[in-house]
Amino acid sequence: MKIMAMSKFNKTGRREIPELNTSSLPDLIFSILFFFMIVVTMREVTLMVQFRVPVVTELEKLEKKSLVSYIYIGKPLPVYQETMGIADCIQLNDKFAEVSDIYNYISHEREKMSESDKPHMRVSLKVDAQTKMGIVSDVKQALRKAYALNISYSATRRE
Amino acid sequence: MIRKRRKVPNINATSTADISFMLLIFFLVTTSMNTDEGLSRRLPPPMEEEFQKEDIQVKERNILMIKINKFDELMVNGEICDITQLKEKAKKFISNVGNDPKMPEKHMKTISLMGEVQVTDKHVISVQNDVGTSYNTYIQVQNELVAAYNELRNELALSKFGRSFKGCTKEQQKAIIDYYPQKISEAEPKYQ
Repeated sequence: MKIMAMSKFNKTGRREIPELNTSSLPDLIFSILFFFMIVVTMREVTLMVQFRVPVVTELEKLEKKSLVSYIYIGKPLPVYQETMGIADCIQLNDKFAEVSDIYNYISHEREKMSESDKPHMRVSLKVDAQTKMGIVSDVKQALRKAYALNISYSATRRE
Repeated sequence: MIRKRRKVPNINATSTADISFMLLIFFLVTTSMNTDEGLSRRLPPPMEEEFQKEDIQVKERNILMIKINKFDELMVNGEICDITQLKEKAKKFISNVGNDPKMPEKHMKTISLMGEVQVTDKHVISVQNDVGTSYNTYIQVQNELVAAYNELRNELALSKFGRSFKGCTKEQQKAIIDYYPQKISEAEPKYQ
């Protein structure tokens, strides 16, 4: 008893702070890690355009992520504005594109899908709210030509 | 023979937390949380001669023509209209309660669970926009139209089956959708 008492109080009589047991910390962090791995999905592309999608009330969820291809339209990020200007741009995958590139993009995306999934292919248009309809209509016409007829106008919910 | 009892040395696990923290941060950076939501539409197939002829054959009373100009102003069937009134107008048009000769024609249709009913399934809502129309206005108009359909479907579900559209069974929902099919035309834009 005496020895234990000695270890708890040093000669000056001050209390020693007991060491925190951190042996379960890795398990804790691992469980957070697994939670995130399950919940989130990999980011598809690095964005090169800035956009804020419109805010609406009637929304539908897109079911399967693997069936969805994305087209981004908006003003280029400040980094790219020197080379691209500030006009609205289309981004496919990781680069800026023209309306004429959409056909190839869609057929390439379709190639990657399995045969049974092809009819359910969906194109999500992520378009900045301030964009003019001219470029959006052009994109829609290109999608029709590419037979990508299921589209979705990406938006966020109004609270 | 007496063996020396060796103690298995403890593995120092203090850095495991740091390692898993690094993994966690890596995942946080490379992934995105947001699930994608939006307004779903089906585009018409590419223009061919036959489709063009078919387009013209829609009777005038069956079309609700919505035009948006480059100043984001709305015109519904020739009248200037505010976006707040659009939903009511669309609802009146789609349901055509009073069988108005200017509203879409009704005809008998057999729908499962409801029997023979009068429906206005030949109507078309056409949205035409200008090059200069802002995307936001276009989406707000689309949203109002979808809201009109959803409200009508909900009202029908309440009166026929006594619960909201979402609470209905699959068959009931299908019958309601048959009654009020969503017909928003994504036709070729015409620029005048």
